Amino acid sequence: MSNADYQGVFVFVQQVDGKTAGVAFELLGKAHELAQARQTQVTAVLLGYRVSGLADGLIAAGADRVLVLDRPELEVYMTEPYTWAMARVIREYKPEIVLTPATAIGRDLAPRVSSRVHTGLTADCTGLEIQEETGNLLMTRPAFGGNIMATILCPEHRPQMATVRPGVMHRLPADTSRQGEVVMLDWDVPPETRNVEILEVAKAVSEAVDIQDAKVLVSGGRGMGGPENFKLLEQLAEVLGGTVAASRAAVDAGWIAKDRQVGQTGKTVRPNLYIACGISGAIQHLAGMEESGMIVAINKDETAPIFGVADYGIVGDALQIVPALIEELKAYKKQ
Amino acid sequence: MNIIVCVKQVPDTTEVRLDPVTGTLIRDGVPSIINPDDKAGLEAALRFKDQCGAHVTVLSMGPMQADVALREALAMGADDAVLVSDRAFGGADTWATSSTLAAAIQKLPYDLIITGRQAIDGDTAQVGPQIAEHLGLPHVSYAEDLRLEDGSVVVRRQFEDRVHVIRVKLPCLVTALSELNQPRYMTPGGIFDAFRKKQVAVWTRPDLDISDDNIGLQGSPTRVFKSFPKSPKAAGTVEKLDPREGAKAIVQKLAEKHII
Repeated sequence: MSNADYQGVFVFVQQVDGKTAGVAFELLGKAHELAQARQTQVTAVLLGYRVSGLADGLIAAGADRVLVLDRPELEVYMTEPYTWAMARVIREYKPEIVLTPATAIGRDLAPRVSSRVHTGLTADCTGLEIQEETGNLLMTRPAFGGNIMATILCPEHRPQMATVRPGVMHRLPADTSRQGEVVMLDWDVPPETRNVEILEVAKAVSEAVDIQDAKVLVSGGRGMGGPENFKLLEQLAEVLGGTVAASRAAVDAGWIAKDRQVGQTGKTVRPNLYIACGISGAIQHLAGMEESGMIVAINKDETAPIFGVADYGIVGDALQIVPALIEELKAYKKQ
Repeated sequence: MNIIVCVKQVPDTTEVRLDPVTGTLIRDGVPSIINPDDKAGLEAALRFKDQCGAHVTVLSMGPMQADVALREALAMGADDAVLVSDRAFGGADTWATSSTLAAAIQKLPYDLIITGRQAIDGDTAQVGPQIAEHLGLPHVSYAEDLRLEDGSVVVRRQFEDRVHVIRVKLPCLVTALSELNQPRYMTPGGIFDAFRKKQVAVWTRPDLDISDDNIGLQGSPTRVFKSFPKSPKAAGTVEKLDPREGAKAIVQKLAEKHII
């Protein structure tokens, strides 16, 4: 077998409780781009029970073909049955590239699969592109807490496997007119793959808020003027599915609890979106949030240091802009 | 009962920098520690030792300096320590690392193998499951709690939005989260024993029954093509707009970035 015998970009579609995880669409979007560069096709691999109805959504999101293995043994994620299925897909279909989400499921499944089929695996990728000269996949990932980026190659082994960090890749706009093939696999899951027993599945109840876990943070500072105005930030956070945080000034003033404080003496956060409202951006605050995915700053003072790290800044009064923003977001969601 | 705990010595920081001239990691002056998830795994093993007299062996692969991490594990209460160290094992990716550790584990008696979920310097979370695969054992990763129950371990397995309580028969491998427990401190007597009485066995290339194709750089399917410091943030745009226009502009930016 040579590398040329392996073709196509495959995506492991994570589904939980019969719903496609959002990250699957992100991976399909990226897979579509990589497949174009390699002049090949995108295959989505869908494992689960009573999940074949999800296939159309995967085609609309960029899959040219969906392989479905619909078996009761695959209803709830378990390492070995899923590893068995993915390894068999790889052996029979010989993909060139396999993408898996860097989730608690994907980071359990992918190492096991890569070992079984004897290939390399790059974890938590934030960048994927095709190297022009060789056609190899360049897999870029952060290391050492994100201070260093490393680009990894898997030159001699196939498939090239990567887990991909959720929230980084872009999904394609869903196109229900896209055509794709749905292949129902007729494989029986061997009973010996059931080597563990799930005694209980417990959904996490929302616990004490940890701003470090939030994907979206709406953060307020001295410019919010007082504790009553933090209600506005809570409304904004609610519309965005986020959590309220604060600068040291707001915490010291007693407007909000200490566990919400971002910065050197507070917490270091890295949400996908950080909206700084009325925060000037002392260096200690910036150190705690500058790694956020996207930073939006609203401040009256156009010389405020927060604008130096913001992807997008509006010079203006947060007390006027935040209510308008809540209305505009609600209007956008209705569309 | 025999428990093997795999530990990695890591720099005590996630703030490692690259030398701008040589492009290599600056490790000078950065103290080394036992990787936090691994230390929680060790603590879990030591609690089983306290409960039922399990024999705990700590295993590490790395340079000779990793001896210190293993001595610390001995001082916490581990019974034996093995350091797998040889230039031939250097440059290994997770595939070759897990093959090498699996070959070392095959020389030891075991019922339960515990590794950390991931190391703070690499963050891959791959080596534990890969060791299990090489040994043909079931594994459960992301353990936030574990207990023994006649010939099985029962693990609370963490996911983003739920937990699974999973029973798995021994022998098996479990990867531990640092929130599993609060690791104990070394005791003065333990420290004395660790440095005076106990030995760290060093295993080199000839000690392991494994093909050259599965170790070190040669046995690694992946290659580092390049590494580079994270690029500093490019300055964004700042606009002075009235509240309504400003709000609309923010919504547009969030939509462009697929955040909403």
